[in-house]
Amino acid sequence: MADNNPFPGENNTGHIWDENLRELKNPPPRWWMIGLWASILWVAGYTILYPSWPVGQEPTQGILGWSQIKEYQSGLEKVAAKRAEFEDQIKGMTVNEIIADPGLTQYTLASAKVLFGDNCSACHGSGGQGNPGYPVLADDDWLYGGTTGKIAETIKGGRQGAMTAHQSILEPDELDTLANWVVQMSETLGKGGSEEGWALFRTKGCTACHGQAANGILAEMPNGDVVTVGAANLTDGIWRFEPGGFESAKHTIMYGVNQPGVAETRNAVMPAFGSTDTGKLSEEDIKKLVVYVHELGGGK
Amino acid sequence: MRNQEVSASSVDALYREADDWHVNTGGETIHAKRLPGRWRRLKWLMASVWLLYFLGPYLRWNGQQAVLFDIPNRQYHLFSATVLPQDFWMLSLLLLFFAILLAVVTALVGRAWCGFFCFQTVWTDVFTWIEQRLEGPPAARRKLDKAPMSLGKLRIKSIKHGIWIAIGFFTGFSFVAWFTDAFVLWQTFFFGQANGAAYATVALFTVGTYVLAGFLREQTCFWLCPYARIQGVMLDKSTLVPAYDEQRGEPRGRVRRDETGRTAGDCVDCNQCVAVCPTGVDIRQGQQEGCITCALCIDACDQVMDKVGRPRGLIRYASLDELEGRPTQTLMLRPRVWVYTGILGLALAGILYGLTSLAPLELKVLHERAPLYVLLSDGSIQNKYTLKVLNKTHEPISVRIGVSGHDRMTLVGADDPVQAEPGSVTPAMVFVKIPRRALAAQQQPIVFHAETRLPSGATAEAERESVFIGPDR
Repeated sequence: MADNNPFPGENNTGHIWDENLRELKNPPPRWWMIGLWASILWVAGYTILYPSWPVGQEPTQGILGWSQIKEYQSGLEKVAAKRAEFEDQIKGMTVNEIIADPGLTQYTLASAKVLFGDNCSACHGSGGQGNPGYPVLADDDWLYGGTTGKIAETIKGGRQGAMTAHQSILEPDELDTLANWVVQMSETLGKGGSEEGWALFRTKGCTACHGQAANGILAEMPNGDVVTVGAANLTDGIWRFEPGGFESAKHTIMYGVNQPGVAETRNAVMPAFGSTDTGKLSEEDIKKLVVYVHELGGGK
Repeated sequence: MRNQEVSASSVDALYREADDWHVNTGGETIHAKRLPGRWRRLKWLMASVWLLYFLGPYLRWNGQQAVLFDIPNRQYHLFSATVLPQDFWMLSLLLLFFAILLAVVTALVGRAWCGFFCFQTVWTDVFTWIEQRLEGPPAARRKLDKAPMSLGKLRIKSIKHGIWIAIGFFTGFSFVAWFTDAFVLWQTFFFGQANGAAYATVALFTVGTYVLAGFLREQTCFWLCPYARIQGVMLDKSTLVPAYDEQRGEPRGRVRRDETGRTAGDCVDCNQCVAVCPTGVDIRQGQQEGCITCALCIDACDQVMDKVGRPRGLIRYASLDELEGRPTQTLMLRPRVWVYTGILGLALAGILYGLTSLAPLELKVLHERAPLYVLLSDGSIQNKYTLKVLNKTHEPISVRIGVSGHDRMTLVGADDPVQAEPGSVTPAMVFVKIPRRALAAQQQPIVFHAETRLPSGATAEAERESVFIGPDR
């Protein structure tokens, strides 16, 4: 082929197509060659410094000792160090002391938002807005008390409501009277319940749980805490079981709450999140959650 | 035309060097001739504005650096005003202002920015001035460049490059001084105690200035600079640019000593216009990408015209319309001028408004979305709001929060004033309660107020509209 090269002396490869289409043996531009050699040097340097060659089970580690997981962990340490400033303070403080400090409250709210999302929002909603059957945490109506101490108790130990099913205890007309009375009480904020209703409320044993004043409070402690068994306050505008109203109230009275063997009974169970029992949340986490729940809007 | 005796020796001198000058094709260093003249003086005058760049950082105002772009703290200090990221809409107006300014100046008088003001032009001008002081006029410089290396050449060259690098260094140093306290920078920089970014910036500017003004020079305008090309399309036939009057100048021809009844044009073909051109173009070929409209050729040509006894202005600031004998429009009748002026005025007014109305206090209100509202046990509806109080002063302030918009409204959680730290946003959570029966609509517009007493004794206020949401009625 080289013998009959029609373009001798021009440094071509000798491959000629279509009579004059040929490939020249020009060297690549110098900048290109510099780039190539620099890249090769780079690769050599890189593989010495960083983990690279797969040798046996483990790749070579590189003399810098760098790895992605180490970088990730050092990042975590940095975050932890930043948080430690606040976390150390929170450790030695009570919930009320935390709430008294605006800066720490901000930190705790931000930090507890994740905890709330993971542990509480499934039932109580992302912003504590509640769900049908699950209490609103952003209002000021507390079945078991809304002080920080009571909230902590609730989170740690969980709660289980209880109300007798009255379908076989009360006559049908008594059921209607009581249900109507509950609706009147709610609409008038406790001021307009009928006499017959009050009479039934007092004689049929309701006061044992709902209290003499029907506000769910059995006694008040000197420190402001209230003694309750978790029975609803019948003198406010808030319904424990949605949607509220006559049918809703009558249903609750007839079938009760958490009654074994009663198919239609209301369910009102909150699991315990404390470290003693199911061991789900640490003391610090609970402290943060108490601040968070207390600051949702209805804390006392 | 004046019929004046032309000094023979001066014309001879012109033509002796004429062959040295030819149009720049980028293959060699342009050693432009420096001639005095009124455009030359104007050029120095305009360039001297850049002294502000070097001296400005040392200006103090109320014990602080007058102009400080404090990037780490996200604050710009302009004399007594502090601009925070929240005020950055003004930056877009500022950019608009300068973009339009570039457009309007270019449309009226060509690439005046390039010719008189651009840092590439100014720094190159200073660099070549230094070169001339050390190495002599262009012919001597060319000779020196060709000469083999010697001790003398090495001495001159190393002094020149040393000065160039020093200028590059102070260009970078002064740049950094706008972003950090200039006096502290002097105290720390040379002892290795300044921020790493400061060293990197100074290094970048030193190398950049040295290479761009020392070596790349006009090649930057030809091949690197986008504005050169952008401005090229902003010119039109009514734009005033340094231009060669072809009708008067052509056919060009050398003057002869014994010249009598001359038939050629006024251009004596001395190439002085090319000689002085810092980008090495020939203005006689018309407006072109290499022309930065620095007007130095006007000075050169006027001098030659004086010497050969012909009227000045063969090269002058003129529009294409004027040179081609078309009627020219006065400035004030061109709609382009008014449109540009209008935009300039709007941008300027916006910036002035922004700077004069920089409130010391700003309030933002976020309405809680989950839940939108809460029914309380007393039958009232409660909404939760996160307030963000921005304190733009230099002192901590205590801000009182109020709300208006409904007469049966109760504000909860705002009994204590918000303690707002200087230059930062302080969040505060408040609740608003309205009895359910008092709510007329599902949505009730309300207004939050923030009020504070500044350390100066003055009162600052801020307002923000929000909404109160209740149940569907």
